[in-house]
Amino acid sequence: MNQLLTTGPPPTGRYDDLAGLMSLMTGDEKHSAAATSTLDVIWVLYDRVLDVSPETVADPDRDRFLLSKGHGPMAYYAVLVAKGFIPADWLPTWATFDSPLGQHPDRVLVPGVEIGSGSLGHGLPLAVGVALGLRAQGSPARTVVLVGDAELDEGSNAEGLELAAATGLDSLTVVVIDNHSSSYAVPGRIAERFRAQGWHTRTVDGRDHDAVAAALTDRRTGVPRVVVADVEEKY
Amino acid sequence: MTTITTIFAATRETFGATATDLVRSHPQVALVYAEISGQFFGDARTAAPDRVINVGIREQLLVSVGAGLALSGLRPIVHTFASFLVERPFEQVKLDFGHQDVGGVLVSTGGSFDIAAGGRTHQSPGDVALIDTLPGWSIHIPGSAREVDILLRRAVADGGRHYLRVEEHQHGVEIPESSTRFTALRQGARGVVIAVGPTLGDVLDATAGLDLTVLYASTIRPFDRVGLRAAVEGSTPAVVLVEPYLAGTSARSVSEALVDRPHRLLALGTDREHELRRYGTPDEHRAAHGLDASSLRRSIGRFL
Repeated sequence: MNQLLTTGPPPTGRYDDLAGLMSLMTGDEKHSAAATSTLDVIWVLYDRVLDVSPETVADPDRDRFLLSKGHGPMAYYAVLVAKGFIPADWLPTWATFDSPLGQHPDRVLVPGVEIGSGSLGHGLPLAVGVALGLRAQGSPARTVVLVGDAELDEGSNAEGLELAAATGLDSLTVVVIDNHSSSYAVPGRIAERFRAQGWHTRTVDGRDHDAVAAALTDRRTGVPRVVVADVEEKY
Repeated sequence: MTTITTIFAATRETFGATATDLVRSHPQVALVYAEISGQFFGDARTAAPDRVINVGIREQLLVSVGAGLALSGLRPIVHTFASFLVERPFEQVKLDFGHQDVGGVLVSTGGSFDIAAGGRTHQSPGDVALIDTLPGWSIHIPGSAREVDILLRRAVADGGRHYLRVEEHQHGVEIPESSTRFTALRQGARGVVIAVGPTLGDVLDATAGLDLTVLYASTIRPFDRVGLRAAVEGSTPAVVLVEPYLAGTSARSVSEALVDRPHRLLALGTDREHELRRYGTPDEHRAAHGLDASSLRRSIGRFL
């Protein structure tokens, strides 16, 4: 509804626009895209991987993207603007009382957003349910969920990744943005946890668009897959 | 209305049979459980393997998977003991169903003390109070196996979010028609007793010969304010609430219904002040919480 009332430049769909769009939220003159760990992966998902568009947000067979790590959603909002899901003039007033855009996204308020997130450890278990439900209905849609490396501290993820492997949920992909922010991290542990349960695992440079795209489109029959996207250490 | 002695089917078996039938006959219905009660789901798993999902001993996942199925367009029935369905994964109930704004039917067994000998870890007297903190949930307290069947079918067909609390104790009363409103079973002048779910048999015994209105409630949220007001119009405004879970859980609903009516309220249920560190049987726990017929008669007599 808000979308129809909004005027403004049409979405351009260019990666180079993202920094400017994020500046609308931060107030920085020129926001550095590199300052946001999730930006490149979310961009590649919407630009090259997911079969979903503003016209298909209600299509039962659309691909699902669940942003589980809801903290710092600026990159997500910027990509949604660039791809035409929401208008650019929503950005400057984000997180204010009348804005549909919060510091954590809300699926009820934002077209194209599949889940509300913010409390860590909910997205992956939800994604397992979504993927099981789509499979039960014979849908070809894939389900991709993005989590943070520290988010995997939450034990609920262990429950989810075990069931996904046990049920051979090959329509499910987990993307872990690894910015090395977990306390008590052990090098290599993230991929090992998934591999031990039978997941297909890939670790890539999270800033390399071609590598991210290749990993996200490399599907294996009968097993779910995780892509660990390594990015620079948080601060 | 007659008090009958026929042994009804057991409530858990009825839940299993009805859930199995719903999964078999409705391609949009899914059933998720966590090991518990698998023996009651008959051939549901072989009939619809993609829609009958045992998540193992993973109760956070149980609730999240149910909500995920709902996000994908299915109608989930989600089941385990009340303590592991509501208390342990409460944030999943709050966020994955409520905040995501999807529908589903949560069905618990065990109640306040079905598993009396199992101790506190398997007892959930606070489940209804917890669900009642969340907007948009209907709460059903079936008092017989027949009501389990009726309420489960209705909740699945209705859409929205429902919590169905299945316990083993049954009231043994034939209710003329099952309604989401309160059903008046007796009319009296000295006060109004609201008997919730399985407490009805004990309440009827406890109030035999007393000049009281008895209302029966198998759906407690939404709370039938109109029904209570109508009953209070024809009686002394003294209300007794008998709930098979935490005492006073619906006291605020009575207050809201009678906000402009001076009234007295006695709210009975399980003890809020102490953890009952006893094993034994459900009947012994019922008596310890003052919810057996003779304890109820004493409490109600003193109040009147």
